[in-house]
Amino acid sequence: MPDARTALHDWHAARQARMVPFAGYAMPVQYSGVVEEHTAVRAHAGLFDISHMARLSFAGSNATAFLDRVFTNSVAGMKLDQVRYGLLLNDAGFVLDDVLVYRWPYGYSMVVNASNRGKIVTWLTAKAAAFDVRLGDETDATAMLAVQGPAAVALTAGLFDFDAGTLKNYYAKPTLYCRSGCVVSRTGYTGEDGLEIIVPNELAVSLAEELVARGAKPCGLGSRDTLRLEAAMPLYGHELTEAIDPLSAGLGWAVKLDKGDFIGRDALKAMPRTRTRVGLELDGKRAGREGCPVLAGGDVVGTVTSGSYGPFVGKSIAMATVPLAFSSPGTPLTVDIRGTPTPARVVSLPFYRRPKSPETPS
Amino acid sequence: MNATVNLDELKYATSHEWAAPPEGDIVTVGITQYAVDQLTDVTHLQLPKVGTAVTAGVPFGEIESVKAVFDLNAPVSGTVVEVNAPLASEPSPINEDCYGRGWLIRVQLAPGAGTDHLADKAKYDAQLAHDAH
Repeated sequence: MPDARTALHDWHAARQARMVPFAGYAMPVQYSGVVEEHTAVRAHAGLFDISHMARLSFAGSNATAFLDRVFTNSVAGMKLDQVRYGLLLNDAGFVLDDVLVYRWPYGYSMVVNASNRGKIVTWLTAKAAAFDVRLGDETDATAMLAVQGPAAVALTAGLFDFDAGTLKNYYAKPTLYCRSGCVVSRTGYTGEDGLEIIVPNELAVSLAEELVARGAKPCGLGSRDTLRLEAAMPLYGHELTEAIDPLSAGLGWAVKLDKGDFIGRDALKAMPRTRTRVGLELDGKRAGREGCPVLAGGDVVGTVTSGSYGPFVGKSIAMATVPLAFSSPGTPLTVDIRGTPTPARVVSLPFYRRPKSPETPS
Repeated sequence: MNATVNLDELKYATSHEWAAPPEGDIVTVGITQYAVDQLTDVTHLQLPKVGTAVTAGVPFGEIESVKAVFDLNAPVSGTVVEVNAPLASEPSPINEDCYGRGWLIRVQLAPGAGTDHLADKAKYDAQLAHDAH
């Protein structure tokens, strides 16, 4: 089956993006180069096509109860227009996906990883049978763009029928773009301030053109990955899989064990906690890639889940899951990079934290 | 190596390394512009020490960009007699001038070894055109 195309496919091609298959879509991995794009996002603003992410909707009288049953974070406790990060777990307490849930006056939305869309829609549909909830999939009708960076919010001034600068972090608003309904949320996957915008497919090119004209640099999945790594945000398939529980993945803050029952909770409570996710700084510029063994005193104690040269922090950085005994910042460890033992030490996450912005409402 | 290198005189491996015409029995080795374009942003380079034996088609080092790491395969068999050592701390010449200042190693050909098994420019260009489709 040929790769699916987002509404911006031809727009990417016209800008000489290098396209790669990703989660069933043809997606731009880079335009000018990963480092240049990464730097533009840290310094000013970058534009990402994230239309491959799946956008689901939930309506019905039982939508809140249903989502609280499948989502590890609290849904009933969400305010109107709030966005919350959390996990979907299987009965054994392992991670099926990490998602964002949006609370609207009329129901909820959920943004799901592209690579998990089929699995999650099937799973949610089965679990929804016992609830009065209607599941919708808006992915194919809409596009999703992220504009990220210290200048990102300001450069959208006047684009929507409200000032996106008034949004708090992890809040969203249904609004208008070119007189059509869209959703603007103050969320992202880069460690920077910024917005994620859902528009009807037919407005995607116009919005992308507008954002680039206002100074956002087109960016691909390559810099999206290095940006999220510096920000220590997990990526499904790397830090998160069906072989890890959310507490060992360092995501205990997104798991509300006392909110009431949810799928995977009992298993999670019964599980001994032995491991956690750590950040590693490696000597030299050589990257410890996914799968590289992590050693302590000659014994393999863990595995790198993501690693790269961090273009902004200027170091070789990695995330790994290791036993709690080796997780304190400063602990010396060794990463085996294709046969070369490379000294590393545990550092606190994230590798990069953006300077506090005085303008963001809180 | 001469900065005004003639690309038509180089020989090419399918894995995108080039070998210059032997000067005596010494062959200069680098990677092609196509490889550089695929890599972008070289962050790290692992090259062998002088005296290391290399074998045609077998990795002699690795080159790494932000996104990925690739083996460097020796286009010829022989012994490394010189390494472009400054690249280890500053790999940017590879991005800027991969046929000149960005050369990687010089190899003294093993007895009987040569470059005849490598592609000429026309054949290498045909490979690239084929790979693009």
